[in-house]
Amino acid sequence: MTDSNDSPPIKLSVKDLNFYYGKFRALNSISLDIPANRVTAFIGPSGCGKSTLLRTFNRMFELYPEQRAEGSILLDGEDLLDFKQDVALIRARVGMVFQKPTPFPMSIFDNITFGVKLFENLSRIDMEERVEWALKKAALWEEVKDKLQQSGASLSGGQQQRLCIARGIAIKPEILLLDEPCSALDPISTARVEELIAELKADYTVIIVTHNMQQAARCSDYTAYMYLGDLVEFGETNQMFLKPGRQETEDYITGRFG
Amino acid sequence: MMTYDAARMARFVRRKRVNQVALTLALAAMVFGMFWLAWILWETLRLGFESLSVSFITENTPPPNEPPGEGGLANAIWGSLLMVTLATFIGTPIGVLSGICLAEYNPGSRLNAIIRFVNDLLLSAPSIIIGLFIYAVMVARFQQFSGWAGAVALAFIVVPVVIRTTENMLTLVPSGLREAAYALGAPKWKVVTRVTLAASLSGVLTGVLLAVARIFGETAPLLFTALNNQFWSTGLDGPTANLPVTILQFAMSPYENWQHLAWGGVFLITMIVLGLNVLARFLSRRFSS
Repeated sequence: MTDSNDSPPIKLSVKDLNFYYGKFRALNSISLDIPANRVTAFIGPSGCGKSTLLRTFNRMFELYPEQRAEGSILLDGEDLLDFKQDVALIRARVGMVFQKPTPFPMSIFDNITFGVKLFENLSRIDMEERVEWALKKAALWEEVKDKLQQSGASLSGGQQQRLCIARGIAIKPEILLLDEPCSALDPISTARVEELIAELKADYTVIIVTHNMQQAARCSDYTAYMYLGDLVEFGETNQMFLKPGRQETEDYITGRFG
Repeated sequence: MMTYDAARMARFVRRKRVNQVALTLALAAMVFGMFWLAWILWETLRLGFESLSVSFITENTPPPNEPPGEGGLANAIWGSLLMVTLATFIGTPIGVLSGICLAEYNPGSRLNAIIRFVNDLLLSAPSIIIGLFIYAVMVARFQQFSGWAGAVALAFIVVPVVIRTTENMLTLVPSGLREAAYALGAPKWKVVTRVTLAASLSGVLTGVLLAVARIFGETAPLLFTALNNQFWSTGLDGPTANLPVTILQFAMSPYENWQHLAWGGVFLITMIVLGLNVLARFLSRRFSS
């Protein structure tokens, strides 16, 4: 597809998605197309459903029996909500980084190899290369290269979060979901993670949930504004922030509401 | 004085006084409780320490009325060690696996709620009931008191303690850590063994240690199962000497040398339980940091 408008192909296509926490309906018929190799941001006030939506993309909600999703989410044309799809394989293609850093109780090196070993049988040298590659991608290599055998918990909060990003990248997913990845970080660590997001989109489709409107404006190409389980507006970030199509979006972005 | 009006000042003074009264009462209660504990420990140490000697741990239980200083508790120590070790090895895997089942597999389900309730019953069941149960199903059936029966009875005490601590420790693991492991596409057994159980390992070990400390001093489950033995037992096939029942028998006897040895045994058990508890605290401190 060599479009003159240069519009990227669609990676993830959400169609008529409803989501329930028990009887409570948290998402109302969401439909949107997420373009490949771009950063898409979900914004909106607390409780609007942006994290809920993100957690349907890797079927994370399935861990909790009272949660369920209806509709379809097409990943390269295949419905990942179809129960015939193996959830582990979906998660290998759709990685996720969480709000709080969650290093596993093992060494920095093993934190990275844990996920890789699940799907690949690499030789020691290949594995070491993969670890170095992932840590370099996550801009953490220089800080930890001499202490790979130390516990992941010994790192600072910002380093731990970059370790989690490295861990997510190491299994080479196609999509990376970031659920408020900077909310527990200081401004310097936040800046590093944001730089990282900009670099990641060359290889991955990145979807980020954020409370921080400046962050959405700074690092995303597309933005979705959600409110009370509805997708209010979705479009190019520049467009959204300069000339929002809907009054509610403008009110939220300009801080008159929220 | 700050410029406070009289009503506020009166309230302030009253609050301070109430605080002092509460503090005094709390301190008094603490001193009262600690006094008895300290007394018990002191008597144990004083009387037990006297009967310690090399023969105490190298010689078997003596006949009655020998001069004090002759004989020891070697067979009882050995029998206790054997049975406690065996009970720990039987009870720990069952307890840890059941705890994993309760915490990681449908923790909210009705079946798990029932198991949890039954486990709590077992946890608070008087140990003499467990002893009688094993007497009925093992000792009476095979017409033989044995160390095996004793170990199984002790294992019944280990299991609920380990189930409870394992479940509690696993529940304490933040759900974010679990989700992060699943998010990489890890299967459940790998998430449990490599991540959640690893994160709570020292907590689980603490539970096991506390269970060991508990069964070291348990007497009732051994009364009808292992019974006791005056001689060195090489296996667990017959009545097996053990510390708690020996202490019971010797302390109740009219013979002075036996009474001395009973105090020595009490001292030994106290020290072992104390040591295990200190170790458990050390481990759980490492866990929380």
